[in-house]
Amino acid sequence: MSEINTEITPEITPEITPEIVAEHGLNEEEYARILCALNREPNINELGIFSVMWSEHCSYKSSRRHLATLPTEAPWVICGPGENAGVIDIGDGQTAIFKMESHNHPSFIEPYQGAATGVGGILRDVFTMGARPIANLNALRFGSPDHPKTKHLLAGVVEGIGGYGNCVGIPTIAGQTEFDPAYDGNILVNAMTIGIADADKVFYSAAAGIGNSVVYVGSKTGRDGIHGATMASAEFDDDSDEKRPTVQVGDPFTEKLLIEACLELMAGDSIVAIQDMGAAGLTSSAVEMASKGDVGLELDLDMVPQREEDMTPYEMMLSESQERMLMVLEPGREDEAMAIFRKWDLDFAIIGKVTDTKHLTLLHKGEVVGDIPIGPLVDDAPNYDRPHDVKPAAFAAETPDIPAPNNLGDALAQMIGSHHLSSRRWIWEQYDHQVMGDTVVLPGGDAGVVRIHGTNKALATTTDCTPRYCYADPVEGGKQAVAETWRNISAVGATPLAITNCLNFGNPEKPEIMSQFVGCIQGISEACRALDYPVVSGNVSLYNETNGKAVLPTPAIGGVGLMQDYTKLTTVAFKVDGEAVFIIGKTQGHLTQSIYARDLIGVTTGPAPFVDLVAEKKHSEFVRAQIDQGHLTACHDVSDGGALVALAEMAMAGRIGMDITHDAGHGFWFGEDQGRYIVTTNDAESLVQAAKAANVPLTRLGTTGGDMIASQLVSSLTDVSEQWMPNYMAAP
Amino acid sequence: MKSAVIVFPGSNCDRDVAVALEQVSGQKPTMVWHGDSALPEVDLVVLPGGFSFGDYLRSGAMAGRSPIMKDVVDRAHKGKPTLGICNGFQILTETGLLPGALMRNAGLKFVCRSVTLKVEHANSAFTNAYTNGDLIDIPVAHHDGNYFADADTLSALEDNGQVAFRYQDNPNGSLNDIAGIYNESRSVLGLMPHPERAIGDELGSSDGRKMFESLIANL
Repeated sequence: MSEINTEITPEITPEITPEIVAEHGLNEEEYARILCALNREPNINELGIFSVMWSEHCSYKSSRRHLATLPTEAPWVICGPGENAGVIDIGDGQTAIFKMESHNHPSFIEPYQGAATGVGGILRDVFTMGARPIANLNALRFGSPDHPKTKHLLAGVVEGIGGYGNCVGIPTIAGQTEFDPAYDGNILVNAMTIGIADADKVFYSAAAGIGNSVVYVGSKTGRDGIHGATMASAEFDDDSDEKRPTVQVGDPFTEKLLIEACLELMAGDSIVAIQDMGAAGLTSSAVEMASKGDVGLELDLDMVPQREEDMTPYEMMLSESQERMLMVLEPGREDEAMAIFRKWDLDFAIIGKVTDTKHLTLLHKGEVVGDIPIGPLVDDAPNYDRPHDVKPAAFAAETPDIPAPNNLGDALAQMIGSHHLSSRRWIWEQYDHQVMGDTVVLPGGDAGVVRIHGTNKALATTTDCTPRYCYADPVEGGKQAVAETWRNISAVGATPLAITNCLNFGNPEKPEIMSQFVGCIQGISEACRALDYPVVSGNVSLYNETNGKAVLPTPAIGGVGLMQDYTKLTTVAFKVDGEAVFIIGKTQGHLTQSIYARDLIGVTTGPAPFVDLVAEKKHSEFVRAQIDQGHLTACHDVSDGGALVALAEMAMAGRIGMDITHDAGHGFWFGEDQGRYIVTTNDAESLVQAAKAANVPLTRLGTTGGDMIASQLVSSLTDVSEQWMPNYMAAP
Repeated sequence: MKSAVIVFPGSNCDRDVAVALEQVSGQKPTMVWHGDSALPEVDLVVLPGGFSFGDYLRSGAMAGRSPIMKDVVDRAHKGKPTLGICNGFQILTETGLLPGALMRNAGLKFVCRSVTLKVEHANSAFTNAYTNGDLIDIPVAHHDGNYFADADTLSALEDNGQVAFRYQDNPNGSLNDIAGIYNESRSVLGLMPHPERAIGDELGSSDGRKMFESLIANL
């Protein structure tokens, strides 16, 4: 083992004082662990590496033990959590590879670049594994529409997501956007990518082959994004704008070249292992590869392509410059790989080799400037059991008074034209949702659907979460988030297969926040187990707090399902006049935590709706079978706003009204009971028989036709729905 | 019909247009790398959509100066049918094969939506399966589609019947609602909308098929 450089230039490698340790976000106990791991004091480079690897963002130190309880297996799961993304078998020798990730903190500070690089990062996670990305999704949460920053943040985030995804040429096909004052100081920007790879062409990150070259490809390394992972692991305060220099800058053009170059190289057999440089850049990618392969890596930092002059080892190891990848190549294949990257005008540099030392060794100007045993760096990372309630507190089962509206139709119009339920067209028209030529359900439906290129198969995908339910009852809220993705995928006729998640919470050091986290995980677990719908990848974002005010618990779920024949898919739009309209599932009229109660009555107390997972599964199986047999002409899941809002959405999509014949109160029309779908059919009798045979609750609501619904003109509802967001964004 | 699709770094509709050409003609086009210096012998040259060179300088400006473009321009001058879609249209204006320029959308935002076009002049190899006055639905997806030309150029375009397609509800501020134009001899067509995205009802429209059918019938 080489000697560590002790001839220290003070400004480059200062003495490690308690202040410097604290600035790196490490507490005393964690620093003691470092001393133990190294058996000596770290130098500044090593301290920096420990600090990012042990940050909440990279080490999952508050969440790890809880995440371990999530179900991650099923016969169709090829690779669960732990790699860059999850991999599931979709038949015919193909896999779907997907993951969702947060870019909350950077997007609040610099919305365009924060959101853009969030998209870039999640795309890399997916194509690193050998997949060609085929769809992007997102889940966005902003503060109150009245908050002075909201418009600017929304405009910037949407433009950033579009700016990156459109240029790279991956369609953005679905998403979720909501507003709530709880996000005034911390917006949530969660991005998801799905890709397709042949099952025998999935690439992993475990380095292997002592002496093999470690190769750096992509963009040059600059000073941007240093300490981004550490920023994402702390609360904000009033001076958060000063953190702007830690936000990276995206270059989607280079990303597009990187995708093409990597996929071209992956078509051959010269890659042993590959890993993108995401949060904590070169540090985390090198450590991941070495740790997974149980080997060491020696990196000669002089060989790292650098964008700026005189970069120190510390800066190079902690830079979060974008569009970079690290690879281990088979011996003697360097020239072949280099030719491909040169063709695409990308940097290609051999920066090190695989060693048998199980250490990460850093060389710079002929000196060893860092030498860390990989084992302790990864395995000895802190793993906290933060205090939390054993049974997370739910809102009391009180029954606040939620009065009926004076007029059902007026209430409907008010809801449809609200910030929560109005059309998101203003957003999704800024995303190229059709590039690649396989988008068969446009944004605005229950789930986005993309064909698997050259086949009749398709993937249906959606992102969902109802944070107000999670706040009122973390367990039911966690269940509901999973169940809603399940329902949205089933509603188009696809079979849900697996989920990814992005768990956005406040400061985990506060027991009430940790209790929300643990409760939501419990709910997600229960739902995934009951539905046989495992978690294959995910991401945790904690410390979403500003001045002590946390976001609502927001475990965003991204679901993926498979359709064998996309020509059978069903959309939400009413198709023709004179068809029977039914609701599937039981309606008890659960009004507490509903949009009606919150936005029209101003009541936010009372329990979240209960999710009956047995019914959820049964109803979805019934719906899918009916779609497969061609018995349904339209299908829509019932969620925010309840049954009447769902009906209005179907009417607006089809520009056809409805004669409502079912007589019921506002609890029926606006209640948010779970496990329900609205369907239309031209053969009511058969559907009634089938539902009876399957023991599925089915209620006739009326008949399609005319240009009115609930005494409102469908076109007027469309107008108020379409106008809210453009008017809001255009207002001074 | 033999065709070539030019692939620039950052092209991202190259595959889509190749799929459309193959689906309609039954023949796979040749994909030609921008760094090559000569085109293969083909009946049609296509410049696809995307963000060539990231559009970082000016949409199409860098691609217009790629090595392959010398041969593309030479052959277009000799009458080789040349089609530019979206970024391809921008590249055609950069090379001078088509007049005018495509500026940032008037709304300043990227816009992706289906638009209704009026077929203005269907008398070309690209369009004669349509009829003058046809209304067709084709998606647009661009940030820089706002067609501009000086007054003289514009009236020349109109007088010569070089306006191929006009927006019915202008999404980007283009002068005279111009969505696509021919050169004087109608051997070059540039348009912002994406006919390759409208080749089947499952994609929302099949109104783009007739463009490829016209080409196959004529070339």
